[in-house]
Amino acid sequence: MKRVRALLRDNARNANAIAYTLMILGALLYPAVVQFATAGNGDYLVGLAADGGIYILMAIGLNVVVGFAGLLDLGYAAFFAIGSYTYALVASNHLGVTPLGHSLHVPFWIALFIGMFTAAGAGALLGAPTLRLRGDYLAIVTLGFGEIVPRLFKNAGIWTGGVPGIFALDVPTLPGWITGPWVNQPFGWVPDFRFTTDNLTAYYVLMIVLIAVVVVLVHNIYNSRLGRAWMAVREDETAAAATGVNTVSIKLLAFSIGAATSGFAGAFYGAKLSYVSSENFGFVVSVTVLAMVVLGGMGNIPGAMLGGGVLYFILFWFLPNAPAQVESLASAAGLGVLNQVNPNGWPGIAEEVSRSKYVIFGLILVGIMLLRPQGLLPSQVRKQELRHEEHEAIAAPRQLQG
Amino acid sequence: MAAILRVNGLTKRFGGLVAVDNVSFDVEAGEVFALIGPNGAGKTTLFNCITGFFKPTLGHVVFGDKDLTGSPPHRTAKAGIARTFQNIRLFDYMSALDNVRLGHHCRMHAMLWDSLFKTPLERNEEREITEHSMELLALVGLEHQADNYARNLAYGQQRRLEIARALATSPKLLLLDEPAAGFNPQEKVELMDLVQTILRRGITVFLIEHDMRVVMQVSQRIVVLDHGEKIAEGPPVEVRNNQRVIEAYLGKSA
Repeated sequence: MKRVRALLRDNARNANAIAYTLMILGALLYPAVVQFATAGNGDYLVGLAADGGIYILMAIGLNVVVGFAGLLDLGYAAFFAIGSYTYALVASNHLGVTPLGHSLHVPFWIALFIGMFTAAGAGALLGAPTLRLRGDYLAIVTLGFGEIVPRLFKNAGIWTGGVPGIFALDVPTLPGWITGPWVNQPFGWVPDFRFTTDNLTAYYVLMIVLIAVVVVLVHNIYNSRLGRAWMAVREDETAAAATGVNTVSIKLLAFSIGAATSGFAGAFYGAKLSYVSSENFGFVVSVTVLAMVVLGGMGNIPGAMLGGGVLYFILFWFLPNAPAQVESLASAAGLGVLNQVNPNGWPGIAEEVSRSKYVIFGLILVGIMLLRPQGLLPSQVRKQELRHEEHEAIAAPRQLQG
Repeated sequence: MAAILRVNGLTKRFGGLVAVDNVSFDVEAGEVFALIGPNGAGKTTLFNCITGFFKPTLGHVVFGDKDLTGSPPHRTAKAGIARTFQNIRLFDYMSALDNVRLGHHCRMHAMLWDSLFKTPLERNEEREITEHSMELLALVGLEHQADNYARNLAYGQQRRLEIARALATSPKLLLLDEPAAGFNPQEKVELMDLVQTILRRGITVFLIEHDMRVVMQVSQRIVVLDHGEKIAEGPPVEVRNNQRVIEAYLGKSA
């Protein structure tokens, strides 16, 4: 009891501890609350949250690259694609129709890690020649990589299924040795823990477990000599090198770990959808994940997760539902006239909102960044940096720099 | 005494400009060796060649029995050469303690696996280097600033923190680039004491310094550069009375 109280006292003012606690509680209660609120029809929302978890995983991974090591990666979706396609190749009938003529069905858990290591390898391969570049140049190279990889998958013909992609991937399974009360037994809101398309709660639970594991691992590495070296490289690469940090290999490590997380998320994504197509890995995915990290709070793990959750919610729930909501709001407010289509060009408010979806999205992003330039849940460092920038701007008007 | 660092025929050209021109000297183990010269003489370029930031155009840098010519900076640091910078280069948004802890990086053994899973090896190593870092902070008189961001320290404290960080790499040779720049007389005395403490720990000190009082007091031998060339070498008294050195600093009398 005493220890609990001490723990509470120490963390009562720690924003990250509070965020973690709330996230754990939210994650645990979410399925039950959703099912209750929708009278048992909440499967769609649970599945939506499970998909959101994929973006949260990617945000955690990109936070290592951008937030910890300070490397701007604009082609992050490429590793997501590599993870997905790797999973698709080793866990479907597809290899059977390729010249190899022999399909592979690697068990889900092994295939997940194959996807992860392939993406990490691709990260190392891309990073080795390019991480000698600094700042903007690296951003441009990764941008190119992000464009090349999906096109490669699209045009690799029979190997990747071309434009339609690869279908009928193996769905996740629990390892054979895991048995429990839920196996073939009704178990409250986790009725039958099998990964089928109509049991989205199973995906949700698995997603939460995976995120928890990744958070612990990334947290550990951040608080080790490697995390410290990343910070140092971000702060001053020259000084880090003089102090004995092999800057190229430490950046390569950050890059590969980010790629591995993305590949891991990609493999899970493929398994969940049971389908991969090059259409799903465009530049917009890279940018969305980057926006999640920046908006959530660069360099802070719960910040990136929060950013991921918030942006995902806005993009995949709020914006699609907004037109209908606005319509009923207009009716309720006695402005039903707004809902009617006017032949002179007014398409009805629902249509209008739906058309300006991305304007609204942009406005929300701009609004959040104006209100909280440091991110929703910033790291201590980011807070300090912004404060100092303000102080310096006041103390010394901008001078011409040589 | 044995030479710890041999610089042999070192030349560095940037296009047509010869920044360091065929310079040779030995730094002996256990001494304080100073490099002086007017502004733009090539002193910092020479430091950068020794620590691997520049690749020498010609010549060799031999440290102990290893040829370090052209090795990257992290390898020279691992070999045992630590340095500070003329314009202080700390990790601004890391605590003073973390700055020093980072200095241990190249002597640590925890691998990715250990970091990911917080193995006992990793935990023990972190504890040891944290203790050692606190000792080093105490050595430079910053033990009460451990949790402050480096950029929030006073100027003199930043200079000393940079020395502590360099010492954390467990060097055999410490290169100080103008350690007394911007110091008041009191701070200069403290710095000279610190140099003696470092020397007693068995670390050879090689410094660039403009303050002649500091140089003459603290160093056993001096080498003088002018326009990239070595114009004198020897004990302080000899160098002070060398005609070429006086001319380099004051100009030739007509």
